[in-house]
Amino acid sequence: MEKVFRLPDLGEGIHEGEIVEVLVRSGDLITEGQPLLIVETDKATVEIPSPFAGVVQAVHVEAGQVVHVGDPLVTVREKSEPAEELPAAPAPPAPTGVEPAGAAEGLPVAASPATRRLARELGVDLRRVRPSGPGGRVTSDDVRRAVEEAKTSERPAVVGGVAPPEAQELLEEERIPPVEGPPSPSGMPEGAPVFPAERRVPLKSFRRVIARRMADSWARVPHVTHHDGVDISELERLRQELNRQTADPARHLSLTPFLIKAAVAVLKEFPAFNARLDEARQEIVLKAHYHVGVAVDSPRGLVVPVLKDADRKSITELATELRALSQRARSGELSPEDVSGGTFTLTNIGALGGRGFTPIINYPQTAILGAGKARLEPVVTGTLDEHTLTVRLILPVVLAFDHRVVDGADGARFVNRLKTLLEDPRLLLVSL
Amino acid sequence: MVMGELSQETQVAVIGGGPGGYAAAFRAADLGLEVTLVEEEPRCGGTCLLRGCIPSKALLQTAEIIWDAAEAARRGVRFPIPELDLVKLRAWKDGIIDTLASGLDRLAKKRNVQIVRARAVFENAHTLRLEGSDLTHLTFQHAVIAVGSEPLSLPGVSLKPNGRIMDSTGALAVHDIPARLLVVGGGYIGLELGCAYAVFGSRVSLVHRAERILGGVDDDLVRPLVKRIGGLFESVRLETEVEALREDADGVTAVLRGPSETREERFDRVLIAVGRAPRSRGLGLEALGIATDEAGFIRVDGQRRTSMPHIYAVGDVAGHPMLAHKAMREGKVAAEAIAGMPSAYDVQAVPAVVYTDPQIAWAGLTETEARRKNMAVKIARFPWGASGRALTMDAADGLTKILFDPESGRILGMGIVGRGAETMIAEGVLALEMGASAEDVALTVHAHPTLSETEGEAAEVFLGSATHLYVPQGAQGKTPPP
Repeated sequence: MEKVFRLPDLGEGIHEGEIVEVLVRSGDLITEGQPLLIVETDKATVEIPSPFAGVVQAVHVEAGQVVHVGDPLVTVREKSEPAEELPAAPAPPAPTGVEPAGAAEGLPVAASPATRRLARELGVDLRRVRPSGPGGRVTSDDVRRAVEEAKTSERPAVVGGVAPPEAQELLEEERIPPVEGPPSPSGMPEGAPVFPAERRVPLKSFRRVIARRMADSWARVPHVTHHDGVDISELERLRQELNRQTADPARHLSLTPFLIKAAVAVLKEFPAFNARLDEARQEIVLKAHYHVGVAVDSPRGLVVPVLKDADRKSITELATELRALSQRARSGELSPEDVSGGTFTLTNIGALGGRGFTPIINYPQTAILGAGKARLEPVVTGTLDEHTLTVRLILPVVLAFDHRVVDGADGARFVNRLKTLLEDPRLLLVSL
Repeated sequence: MVMGELSQETQVAVIGGGPGGYAAAFRAADLGLEVTLVEEEPRCGGTCLLRGCIPSKALLQTAEIIWDAAEAARRGVRFPIPELDLVKLRAWKDGIIDTLASGLDRLAKKRNVQIVRARAVFENAHTLRLEGSDLTHLTFQHAVIAVGSEPLSLPGVSLKPNGRIMDSTGALAVHDIPARLLVVGGGYIGLELGCAYAVFGSRVSLVHRAERILGGVDDDLVRPLVKRIGGLFESVRLETEVEALREDADGVTAVLRGPSETREERFDRVLIAVGRAPRSRGLGLEALGIATDEAGFIRVDGQRRTSMPHIYAVGDVAGHPMLAHKAMREGKVAAEAIAGMPSAYDVQAVPAVVYTDPQIAWAGLTETEARRKNMAVKIARFPWGASGRALTMDAADGLTKILFDPESGRILGMGIVGRGAETMIAEGVLALEMGASAEDVALTVHAHPTLSETEGEAAEVFLGSATHLYVPQGAQGKTPPP
């Protein structure tokens, strides 16, 4: 019997993903559990295993395509069946599948070449358009109607059945790492138009999610940013001393786990910063756990893996877990579980330099702590008449918070307390 | 770069001036891009124009005249035995090529497409090294590879220029009409050229390694051609391999191993037509990391981009079917993609035509393929014996058939054998592209008397409403709603 395998519910409220790679071809013999496709979702890249064994009869998707939960992925003939003679070549990239009325399973959507071109121009997936023509033929009017319906619906990408235009033909473009730029345009006359004047790069899965989240947060949350400089000279001495005692450089501690630990200690004192505003019910939800997201610069863009229960882990444990998460983030192997559930976020831009920056809150969290590059700075202490000049290692920090939930004074108090803990590691120790 | 070398920049570099290349170059230029076309031969047109479609059709059309003149005796018209003036025939054929090739040059000039006569090799991802021209380097923002394919030979057989063992290029040059011609390969090229030479007076022997000619084409479409060449050729030997070919001063000795015996035979000339291979080697693709498959075809996506997204490949070098019209569409898609248009190669059916007499043409799903895939289809046939026009043309052995989706009546494929199939298949292709149903074709009025009626009537056979063919209700097709 032929079985159609559809995109399963991937959990975490994920209802769409982009096919990164199709691992099987028509005619392949597959076993249960064998990976069929790699799908990139909002949250992670996952391998989709086959729930049954058999022979692949048809592959309904191709790399670059955006699929929704329930969309047919492959058709598999179960193993017990007598083996049919199989097509020698993979089927042409004909779209198949989602009940285009009248068209039998496996046939391309019935639509004229002009209609197909219009659909491409408007970014409409013909398989998701309700046909009005005889025999299930999709007309140009059907395509235009699908666009209109999508515009008036809340979630255009899903409800109206219209794939975002960027998810269509151009998707292939960024798959391959960019090649080296053109050689220097020595022969090009000054002022000659450089082609292309502009380049359109599709917002792919990750970028699209980042764009949506950032715009969402910026639009919803009145951000306040509170800046300060923290003297981490003592902490740095301690850190260096600890690392000297650790032979394996892979196990050396960075500043980040100390920052996490200090932040968690302060969050316990200021629970409103470890919270979420429930706009619908007009309530502030104070979280009972401390799941700290750490922003990681991955090749595909910003990802924020989450260190769960950071309050119950030692600095060494946090460091180990952070190394593993960062590694998975860079190789694109984070699971949806790895990136969900954060209650507060740390973004440490230090390695890249800069004097200061204003991070955007990882909505619906209330606050985000940023750290810049620590520098040796002259510090004057004492009174107006009696003072000493010393050189200290100063870490620029910034706390961005939701002014709906907390006020500026709260933010200042939060940062002051954080400063105290970081400036004197002994205080940090006793607050753990 | 060494001093004194001449270099130039272009937005779009097209490598190869065949149908895929010039279609890409012209479309890109029409869309406002600056285009340089690199062609290693003195004339554009590629295999199709210079040594393929066009010259072979010139010869086949000539053969058809000779054949028809002889056949006319049946209807009471007697012509004297025709004399073949090879010098004139060649000049006429070459004149057609000249006209079309210089036409391409003019079209290129009008569009400001610069043509550079050179061999191009990728030096890096944005530079072509040009061999054989004053211009030594061409840097580009986008490139379209359209270098085509070349005839395959038999293992151990190398072709000498003007030798007695020829490929299709040699056969199309028509050096002479050999008394005995061995054609190796029962594909469309071997059959077309074999037919032409047979009508011109050669005693043609065809050997084919498989058990039937035109592999993959439906049996009922091939049958009339098998019958024709049965009378026209001296012999057709299937499941026969060429073990050896020995060329000497006055002929070629061929060792032919058939299913029952191995024989040595003498021929005046041998035509090897065993297939074509993509010309993807020697372009420097490996160094760039542009992916090819096991057969040497460059891997491309729906826009005909290679694994390097600013470099495209179209035509024979980018995969089957190796047909000029497929290359031309691909060339246009590539040019439009370069210009930022949302184009895609999404054709539903590429028509195939074998220009033998009778011609065979098909598009979309074939019966052979439907069987192999175990697809539920309904097939309606309209034999040309029931067509008035076919009888006036002495073409009663022709056949038009259409494959339908049994539920919706949607047309899935069409096959035709008979004179004029080359033109008639267009209706089937349009129907396939439009997603047309049996009703759409049946309710379209076809001029009477024409061969195109057979297409309308085949659709009516499916619907049970054919006029010129009696199909018992329920025996074939479906009953119309009450």
